[in-house]
Amino acid sequence: MNKPVLDIRDLSVSYNTPRGPLRALRNVSMKIPDKKIVGIVGESGCGKSTLISAIIRLMAPNATVGTGEILFKDKNLLDRTTTEMRNLLGVDISMVFQDPMQTHNPVLTVGKQMVDIQYRDSLPKADKRKRAAEMLSKVGIPDADARLNQYPFEFSGGMRQRIAIAMALMAKPSLLIADEPTTALDATLEVQVIKRLRELQEEVGCAILFISHHLGVIAELCDEVVVMYAGEVIEQGSVRDVFHDPAHPYTRALLDCDPGHIKEKTRNLPTIPGEIPDLVDVADGCIFQARCTHVHGACANRPNLQPVNVAHNVACHLNQTEGAV
Amino acid sequence: MSALLEVDDVIVRFNIRSGLLQSGISIDAVSGVDLKVEEGKTYGIVGESGSGKTTLARAIAGLHHASEGSIRYRGRELRDLPESQFRQLRREIVMMFQDPIGSLSPRLSIKSLVTEPFRIQGMKDRDLDAEAKRLLAMVGLPQEFASRYPYQISGGQARRVGVARALALGPKLLIADEPTAGLDVSIQGEMLNLLARLQDELGLAIMIITHNLNVVRHITDNVGIMYLGKLVEEGPTEQVFANPQHPYTLALLAANPEPDPDAQLMRVELQGEPPSVMQRPTGCEFHNRCPFVKPDCNSIVPTWTDIGNGRSHRCRYPETWKMNENTQ
Repeated sequence: MNKPVLDIRDLSVSYNTPRGPLRALRNVSMKIPDKKIVGIVGESGCGKSTLISAIIRLMAPNATVGTGEILFKDKNLLDRTTTEMRNLLGVDISMVFQDPMQTHNPVLTVGKQMVDIQYRDSLPKADKRKRAAEMLSKVGIPDADARLNQYPFEFSGGMRQRIAIAMALMAKPSLLIADEPTTALDATLEVQVIKRLRELQEEVGCAILFISHHLGVIAELCDEVVVMYAGEVIEQGSVRDVFHDPAHPYTRALLDCDPGHIKEKTRNLPTIPGEIPDLVDVADGCIFQARCTHVHGACANRPNLQPVNVAHNVACHLNQTEGAV
Repeated sequence: MSALLEVDDVIVRFNIRSGLLQSGISIDAVSGVDLKVEEGKTYGIVGESGSGKTTLARAIAGLHHASEGSIRYRGRELRDLPESQFRQLRREIVMMFQDPIGSLSPRLSIKSLVTEPFRIQGMKDRDLDAEAKRLLAMVGLPQEFASRYPYQISGGQARRVGVARALALGPKLLIADEPTAGLDVSIQGEMLNLLARLQDELGLAIMIITHNLNVVRHITDNVGIMYLGKLVEEGPTEQVFANPQHPYTLALLAANPEPDPDAQLMRVELQGEPPSVMQRPTGCEFHNRCPFVKPDCNSIVPTWTDIGNGRSHRCRYPETWKMNENTQ
């Protein structure tokens, strides 16, 4: 396995709320190997966004990091000063956000914005502009030189998201964080964006942390997948292992729920009964036990991530007692 | 079979003023749509952003004025119906809007929200407490929700409130605009199951507007595929999915990523970007993105071809592109 570019160890983050600390992330560990695409999948409230904000250190004012470290190229990001972080972001770590309609400045041309973000390089402006045009054509925007003079509203949603990707990759970062970059796009455009992302990832040679709740997109794009539930990592492994042989009951339920998986027409779709637990008052034991169909005595203790096989881990007691179910 | 709703050649036109010296131009967001919704059945409209799905739905619900064509509900013409008469009809034709939280007034309690239709319709004889109780039970929400406010409930619960509100007066036709957008997969299933159950219980006809093909496939009887303000293909859902006749339908189906890393996807790459309704392509609207385009597609406007079993499409070369596809 490649040396990880990002190594998150035992990270816990909580938010101070009037009801007490809301434990949004609890002992989360994951590795993003160099030049790989790792997908994080989980439903609303599973801690995906908190995790990203912790990595890029843009946490809400009421968030506190309890334990853990986030090692980026062997250095803990949580120890960095604001200035050090600022020099890292947009250079070695960059990000593509969810909503392509709102990530660009509406009153500046795309070219101006793409030149502005190269402020760290002491190149003549013409060269920066040329580089911007090259990057635009790489993401499949025809007639790039002329289009640099256009404003964001003159581009379609799919194009704007591709421009955001071009901007994020222009500095050739080691890590790209993509937060649901295709959720706001239509199916045919989603396919285009994913294809570009994969091509560029190979060309730039960066690692990608790809957040999505769309299982189909994860299956198609990622090498590895991390499944999160209510602030914990519950399963992690290669996309093939996790999607073909899910070891955690939640992963299985989530896959069953995806209507894309159901080939026969049905009027009664599977669901996961129950609600996500209240993270202010986290009960002991397995976090999924209240909704799990396989709950048993051992579930009163919190399961740790244990290997199912090489590079496929699950946090479920069933794994130890019966082997992979 | 009698159609509950018949839409014939409807055009919804918007006038756009574009600058000081230019005279106003107009765009057809919906440009000639025909469809029928049968009593107690579900009709799905699928299309991408900007294809005019929502505009069509709003025109049917009387929220946009249809410039041309005819919209008939139980044989009665709705176009140009004065608002005072349309209000009566809103007991029977209801709409569920896209943004679940945004469509609920933050200042009203859930009880006031679900019973608002009775007040609007001036039904003063109803016991609103009892109605609220009945409606919450119908959509599977606990009774104590009656006193809560929209900010205290989750997105999935807000959707249920939306359903309760829409069904308060016992309508015959429910128009649901993206009923599952933004919901997690597990909750999406609950929402669709709820709609299916209520349809069976109440004999409701539902028109679902969505871009999610997986949703359409499981809960609709008939489906219409919309592109740039027009339907390009229509028919019973299962048949359309099994054997699409229009290349755009094929592209949409193929662009639906499967949750299986080994799925062998037959991708149909669409060229270019979706065109703008302001510069509508000549001939077949889809020709400049169609992977199987023929020389005369840019000049001849395709008309409907009926292929039986309630299926029809607007592609002039369905056989040719299918052959190409197989040899590729």
